[in-house]
Amino acid sequence: MSDNQRPKLNTTALRAYIMLAVLAVIWIYFHWATPGNTFLTPRNLSNLMTQMSVTGVIAVGMLMLIVSANIDLSAGSVLGFAGGIAAFLMTTHDVGLPLSVLAAIAVGVAIGLFHGVLTAYFNIPAFIVTLGGLLAWRGAVKWLLGGNTIPVADDTFKAIGNANLPVTAGWLLAAGGIAFVVIGAIRRSRSDLNDGLGGSNLVKELARAVVPVIGIVAFISVMNAWQGVPVPVLILLIVASIGGFIMNSTVFGRHLYAIGGNPDAARLSGINNRRNILKVYAILGAFIGVASLIFTARVGSAAPDAGTLKELDAIAACVIGGASLMGGRGTIFGACLGALVMASLDNGMSLLNVRDFLQDIIKGSILVAAVGLDMMGKKQA
Amino acid sequence: MPLLEMRNIVKEFPGVRALDGVSFDLDVGEFHAIVGENGAGKSTLMKVLSGVYPYGSFDGEIAVDGSPRRFRSIRDSETAGIAIIFQELSLVKELTVGENIFLGREPSHFGVVNWGKMYQNASRLLRELGLPLDPKAMAGTLGIGQQQLVEIAKALSQEARILVLDEPTAALTESEVETLFNILEGLKRRGVGLIYISHKLDEVFRMSDRITVLRDGRTVGTHLPSEINKDGIIAEMVGREVGDVFPAFSHELGSAALSVKGLSAFDVDDPARPVIDNISFDVKSGEVVGIAGLMGAGRTEVLTALFGAWPGRCKAEISIEGRPVSIRSPADAIRLGIGFVTEDRKRYGLILEQTIADNMTLAALRNVSGRFVTDRHREYSAVSETMAKLKIKANSAKTVAGTLSGGNQQKVVLGKWLLTRPRVLFLDEPTRGIDVGAKQEIYNEIHELAKAGMAIVLVSSELPEVLGLSDRVLVLHAGRISAEFARGDAVPEAVMAAATGNL
Repeated sequence: MSDNQRPKLNTTALRAYIMLAVLAVIWIYFHWATPGNTFLTPRNLSNLMTQMSVTGVIAVGMLMLIVSANIDLSAGSVLGFAGGIAAFLMTTHDVGLPLSVLAAIAVGVAIGLFHGVLTAYFNIPAFIVTLGGLLAWRGAVKWLLGGNTIPVADDTFKAIGNANLPVTAGWLLAAGGIAFVVIGAIRRSRSDLNDGLGGSNLVKELARAVVPVIGIVAFISVMNAWQGVPVPVLILLIVASIGGFIMNSTVFGRHLYAIGGNPDAARLSGINNRRNILKVYAILGAFIGVASLIFTARVGSAAPDAGTLKELDAIAACVIGGASLMGGRGTIFGACLGALVMASLDNGMSLLNVRDFLQDIIKGSILVAAVGLDMMGKKQA
Repeated sequence: MPLLEMRNIVKEFPGVRALDGVSFDLDVGEFHAIVGENGAGKSTLMKVLSGVYPYGSFDGEIAVDGSPRRFRSIRDSETAGIAIIFQELSLVKELTVGENIFLGREPSHFGVVNWGKMYQNASRLLRELGLPLDPKAMAGTLGIGQQQLVEIAKALSQEARILVLDEPTAALTESEVETLFNILEGLKRRGVGLIYISHKLDEVFRMSDRITVLRDGRTVGTHLPSEINKDGIIAEMVGREVGDVFPAFSHELGSAALSVKGLSAFDVDDPARPVIDNISFDVKSGEVVGIAGLMGAGRTEVLTALFGAWPGRCKAEISIEGRPVSIRSPADAIRLGIGFVTEDRKRYGLILEQTIADNMTLAALRNVSGRFVTDRHREYSAVSETMAKLKIKANSAKTVAGTLSGGNQQKVVLGKWLLTRPRVLFLDEPTRGIDVGAKQEIYNEIHELAKAGMAIVLVSSELPEVLGLSDRVLVLHAGRISAEFARGDAVPEAVMAAATGNL
């Protein structure tokens, strides 16, 4: 029976390990290549994490949508629009901070529902609906802002994008994460033994928990060594945890994998494909709303072109993380790792003063190469 | 000198020896059947022959007309005159019959297609084959049987001298089968060698010049049909004597579990045209009701409509255990205790890249797991139990469904519906394309379920299966019930007469 655990490990876990290795290679290269070896310093890593947070938050929602065999090309435009609404309400109409924040998220959800209805109930392909959205919502931002950039003065709002958690809070976060990993390992070891599936016991499971625990401690140490965990990173961690929970541990998440894997089989198994797709659009919309707040707060203003091309970064993150655009396959962890790879490339190449156009060419090539390698690996298996 | 000779073919996959020294030969104008359980190596052997597995990836020799050949691709084997018609049809549905026949070999001049010549050639070819088809019809608008015949026309247009047919009659109606056999007879006379892979022994005995039995990647024997009977072949296929395929049974019938009154379902594109026309029947608990009928008679449509999954308009008065109910979606049907083992497990039944456990719990996730948050522990114990009950052969519940054999895949679909604890179970082609051993196990399970009080509706294209398992047989013809037989009265001739509308 212990043989049977291996294939499972090979597909999902092996992919994760390979991606971690690739990330390590990228990081080591940049560290070696940057003048003064500035890449792997607490300060730069803290920056890097903050830079990936917007893409990461969108990628979590995008992954859920991609797993259900749908796509959203309009995320960047919706981000601009939702952020624009928040800034507009705060500055022009003096609506308070909490209401403005809620408004941005509500706008994201409403637009998501709208796209979801058109896709799921009117049978318009997601690609077309959101391609239309890409244009239309960008137009809406320009109209809303009158083509101008609206600066936001509210310091509390800016904190969403720029503040850091105190060191103690960081360690509390680490403790929570470690507790979660260890409890999970203990529970897994018990349930697997009881199921007679064998192949795992407490020692083995705890051994497997060592790497994540070291990761958590290292992460918080590095963040605290600079200014503490940045708030955008905290938000990303929360969003990713929610997304991971939904995809791994809820009936809804399992249904999304089923809908993406075989929509006919899912429908005939009593799953309401349409309603589930509608829900996942709404969730992505909410996350886009959250991302728009981070983005606007970080920049300190809402601009007509805010968030342009963010959807492509998010989609690329999902795909680099192993998601299939055909649906049914992909993990939140992979998507976040994908976002980190993309952000690392951005950050490292900027440190190396790589010319703008070259950065784009390299990022594009790496995206295609990553999927190409993945396909080659699959053929051999 | 044989037309084709394959000697000592050995093909290994990691950990498995799929072919273990198979030898096979085919004469000019011969109809040579290959039979064997799924996994016996039939498909692998044909993939070796067609160059899907290129020369060098297997051991052994292939000779055509006595000269050794090395096929490195499908192109190579086509050039040598070998054509294979796979189970899964490979016509381009958006192209016409003529375009499909000449796909990749369009008569052209400097890249400009000569349409006139193409359609002329296509008509001539179809006429030669005796196929009453319009070469300008879209392939997608043809029935599966006709598509199969177009595939054959395509193979012959390539001057194929060796034609391999893999389960060609699985989806054909009786009359289409006759057309196919007539054409095959004609091809034999023209000297085409035919390799015929089938689970249907009646056809094999009727048509074959020789029958080769494969088991576990080895040739068990090659026989003249006059020298062996069906039981002998089955014994060689399974390596053991099988008892009567359909043993006697007695089901204790209860009260009506499902009553259907005036079920009609209408065509999706033409809402005025009924596909099912006002049919009524009931199924008692503990009863197996078989639905026989030709392809297109509306058998699957009856089940789909009752299950709330018919895409068009439909109406009916349905009661479950005497209570009138309304079923608007599969979710409604499941809630009311109806399970539906759908036809075509790969398309409608399974998510091939997911595990056995994920597939099996799909329809009952909220019952065997948690309401919102899943509970893997509970799932695995429910799944393991069902796997043991149905004798699913797999390493564990975490095995990916797509890697299982057809029989085990079918059992996973059955298990998925058993986990919903249905009172009424629909079975649509529950044994299509699976091996004899797995079939037997599914038959036994059907009787077990009936004995436990489940009401079962069985649809199958294999008449012996419907007759051998059912307490009662309904015959559908053109969307209506044309006859009903009690178990004793359902003889094949009478059922076929009712199915073809010749009562």
